[in-house]
Amino acid sequence: MIYPDSKIVLEVRGLCATVNGTEILKGLDLTVRRGEVHAIMGPNGSGKSTFSKILAGHSAYEVTGGSVMFEGQNLFDLAPEERARAGVFLAFQYPIEIPGVINSQFLRLTYNTVQTHRGKEELDPLEFDDYVREKMKLLEMSPDFLERSVNEGFSGGEKKRNEILQMAMLDPRLAILDETDSGLDIDALRIVANGVNQLANKDNAIVLVTHYQRLLNYIVPDYVHVMEAGRIIKTGGKELALELESRGYDWVGVEHKAVAGAVA
Amino acid sequence: MSATGTINAGYLETLLAGQPQLPTSPLAWLNALRAEAVDRVGVLTVPTLRDEEWRFTDISQLTKMPFHPVRTTISLQAADIERFYIEEATTRLVFIDGVYAPQLSSGIADSDVTVVNLEAGFAAHAAKIEPYLGRLTEFRDNVFAALNTAFLHDAALVVVPRDIAVTVPVHLLFIAMQKDVVSYPRCLLLAESGSAVTVIEDYVSLQEDAYFTNAVAEIALLDNARVNHIRVQREGAKAFHIANCAVSLARASNYQSVSVAFGARISRYNLNVQLAEEAECAVDGLALISGRQLADTHTCIDHAKPHAVSHQMHKCIVGGGAHAVFNGKIMVRQGAQRTDSRQSSRNLLLTNKAHVDTKPQLEIFADDVKCTHGATIGQLDSEEVFYLQSRGLSDTAARNMLTYAFGAEIIERIPISSLKCQLEQTVLEQTATQL
Repeated sequence: MIYPDSKIVLEVRGLCATVNGTEILKGLDLTVRRGEVHAIMGPNGSGKSTFSKILAGHSAYEVTGGSVMFEGQNLFDLAPEERARAGVFLAFQYPIEIPGVINSQFLRLTYNTVQTHRGKEELDPLEFDDYVREKMKLLEMSPDFLERSVNEGFSGGEKKRNEILQMAMLDPRLAILDETDSGLDIDALRIVANGVNQLANKDNAIVLVTHYQRLLNYIVPDYVHVMEAGRIIKTGGKELALELESRGYDWVGVEHKAVAGAVA
Repeated sequence: MSATGTINAGYLETLLAGQPQLPTSPLAWLNALRAEAVDRVGVLTVPTLRDEEWRFTDISQLTKMPFHPVRTTISLQAADIERFYIEEATTRLVFIDGVYAPQLSSGIADSDVTVVNLEAGFAAHAAKIEPYLGRLTEFRDNVFAALNTAFLHDAALVVVPRDIAVTVPVHLLFIAMQKDVVSYPRCLLLAESGSAVTVIEDYVSLQEDAYFTNAVAEIALLDNARVNHIRVQREGAKAFHIANCAVSLARASNYQSVSVAFGARISRYNLNVQLAEEAECAVDGLALISGRQLADTHTCIDHAKPHAVSHQMHKCIVGGGAHAVFNGKIMVRQGAQRTDSRQSSRNLLLTNKAHVDTKPQLEIFADDVKCTHGATIGQLDSEEVFYLQSRGLSDTAARNMLTYAFGAEIIERIPISSLKCQLEQTVLEQTATQL
């Protein structure tokens, strides 16, 4: 929801980045304020996922220009774990399986690590168990998930729910959800979206990175951005998503070129 | 004779020095066995890198060490060794430097099960054990097994009678106390038809000096028997540990083994498993080493008869300048149709100087079989590290967790929860200090 005079959470200016020498982001601008939900849409290869991973600090991408401020701090001064502790959360498109690490241990360790760095109390295993079970209800997850290895043998929908569960536990200021809707059936999509909606509040911001409009029926964005060739070329309200759904992406690019041509 | 041969001969003579003082056994066949073993030691030499079976493992250092058989026994109090106890395994035999310690042991000998030292068990079980003791192990071609057999007079003996399922795990605890000593631990496990038992073979140390453990275990499963065999090698940092284990599975029996190696400067474990019709085995292993340690595991799974199943997962976590070796031979003999065999060797190198040699070796002489094998060697996956960092864990904590998880997959297969926790803790501590 858009709140007047809300503080800026994320300010991206002219961001350029390469992977293995190939330029992926070519001057991306984006401003996200507290309370807002942004959707970044675009065709495959437009740089959406690259942008998410750069925000989380993935080392495979090299930032070659521009700036990203997170809550007034230069994001690039922070290591990936420091970003997480400061309140950046990335829900992965392909969550990693970690055989041998029990989900409950993993969740408790990450929770307590982040809490400690925020100057808050850690929870012991019993307290944590109560806490995590409460959060799991939000995502209609069975407590059995706690005893399994992290994401191992989880279905696509279970993995995505586990990501949102982590979001619920880590209470981020900025949550980036990378293709969270991919691979979900309609029931799972509804549950995940419902969880995200309950976590959204006036103090945090959510960036949904998605290829399809479907998710946006459930999580209603305040802004929809269209990304192409490493830049945001159009921004609109939630109705833009519907237009993209019916007309595809091509017209946005044509329109953008026409405008750019006229300016030149 | 080459110079190496001469040194070897002298070395083996030294090792045999105390052998003639062994008390004569009342069992003629045992005396004959020992005499034959002494003869074989006289013929065999200590293997070098030129031997195919030892090409990755240099034990020349061993021959330079002045090890001698145990001369005096050290007595310990329960309080000294309680930390090694495994909660669930209340049946326990303790050997100190290879010598049975009755005051520390809680064996059992009733109609359900026999867990005693061999000297105590001879009278009642001589006929039963004669076909297996010293027969399952091919000591005639193996100098270390021959040495152990030459000194064979006592052992850990477990006999489970027909159709008895023993619920309490048996703990065979071998404690190294004295430096410069070579000890010859020996185990014999006989699981009679339809019986079931879990045995933990555990090598520990209460010292940090050099010593040599030369162990032999023989395990016989008769028809339909089930054995869980957990082997823990946590010897001292300067120890040499060479062990041979021979397992024979009769028809439709089931052998599950998890073997972990954390300790010793140089260790070598030879495991030979022979499967009869419809027999099944799962043979899993983990070596977790660092510094200048070398851990070598050689296994041979012999599908001698049709319709048998073998699954094997062997993992090595190698830090520092350590060196791990795995040689996994799967033999499928002629006529062993419908064999189902799966082998996987997975290795994690934590540093640039860590080294692993892994060699799957399949020899298949039957045409209707399903055999798969695979080997991977790698470092931690950077995507996995990033995932954990994105959840707030430091790079080091993320790497520790992933290393731990890599090892835990094997430890998880141990069916005794307190031992599992204990070993998981060890993995956690070791990985935390190595990174």
